[in-house]
Amino acid sequence: MRANRTIEIGTGLFVLLGFAALLFLTTQLPASGLRFGEPKVGYHVSAEFDNIGDLKVGAPVTMAGVRVGDVAGIRFDSKEYKAVVDLRFDPAYRQIPEDSFASIQTQGLLGGKYIGISPGGQDSYLKQGSRIDQTQSAIVLESLINKFFANYSSKAGSDSESQGTDTQSKAESKK
Amino acid sequence: MAAAHNGLVLESVRRLGSVTLFLLRLLGQCLPALGRPRLVVHQIYNSGARSLIIIMLSGLFVGMVLGLQGYDLLQRFGSVEALGTAAALGLLKELGPVITALLFAGRAGTALTSEIGLMRATDQLTAMEIMAVDPLRYVAAPRFLGGVIAMPLLAAIFSVVGLFGAQLIGVQLMGVDKGVFWSQMQGSVELHNVIEGVVKSLVFGTACSLIAVHEGYNAAPTAEGVALATTRTVVASSVMTLLLDYVLTAAFL
Repeated sequence: MRANRTIEIGTGLFVLLGFAALLFLTTQLPASGLRFGEPKVGYHVSAEFDNIGDLKVGAPVTMAGVRVGDVAGIRFDSKEYKAVVDLRFDPAYRQIPEDSFASIQTQGLLGGKYIGISPGGQDSYLKQGSRIDQTQSAIVLESLINKFFANYSSKAGSDSESQGTDTQSKAESKK
Repeated sequence: MAAAHNGLVLESVRRLGSVTLFLLRLLGQCLPALGRPRLVVHQIYNSGARSLIIIMLSGLFVGMVLGLQGYDLLQRFGSVEALGTAAALGLLKELGPVITALLFAGRAGTALTSEIGLMRATDQLTAMEIMAVDPLRYVAAPRFLGGVIAMPLLAAIFSVVGLFGAQLIGVQLMGVDKGVFWSQMQGSVELHNVIEGVVKSLVFGTACSLIAVHEGYNAAPTAEGVALATTRTVVASSVMTLLLDYVLTAAFL
């Protein structure tokens, strides 16, 4: 009887552990799952962007390359058609000027997005609930390439025109 | 020569048929066996709970190796942020189910085969039949069910421990950002990836348990016969796991 009890308790623990693992895999890993993250300390600042690219919740917020916080939330402002990003700064970094500049940057060539903060010059500091006004959107590679080609083709066009005039003027001078 | 060849082919076909018939008879006994849950619980304990330490230890080290190798590979392309994704998908879809099944074949499958084989060799199964107790229902089916139930749980535990192993190396040792590690992972792992892993380990659990129980049940009733059956269990389970893994992966892609 006693041995039976031990076996049943052992099996119960094993099944419990197994289902806890399955629960973790199904809820914590997929983006659609639930989150039971612990509330983090720090102060929250919001910033509006025209385009955040593929910035994700949990991405780092850095100053001069050093991590000072993370992205706590992303939502869409349906009045201004902008993305509102909730930035959480670690409590250790309290003295960030209020007119600082936030831009979305890319880690490596194909890496994820993060937010870089360049300090402003004001004496007043960012605090809970303040807003960063100066922002720069994510650079979307496709639009950059499009712009490059548009530039390139117009430049090539004008080049050939000027060459044409050059040869013309040369021809004229020969005459 | 040709006769020996024929014999080998015929023997393989006979074995395949024997396993299939055994599976059908076993499935018929599964519901009645569930009516005696105590027997099944005992087998979940034997195959599952007692494999826990080896599964967790292996998972930890596989995850740590994945962290090291993944970091080394990804940093060449300047995209160590993808380490979380690589580790999670690798563990969920392949390493978790497959390595768990291989370890299960070695740890629990051999125990099942030699136990049932010894029961056969010492005429315990025959004695049950004489007493009008169906050994398939009271010996084989609970062990089979225990393995099928234990395998997905073991694979899930393996994957979770492995993830933390990968995080231990990637984040604590190599300095990948923790938020990036998890957010990139959560951004690219989808629910069907998790389900794929569970389906795989269910199939592997069925195959490995079936082979182990079948080999034991049909072992030659001698010491040598039990030894041979145990060896065959490990070889057949491992090969079957890898073969089925290819088929399932191709089906899921």
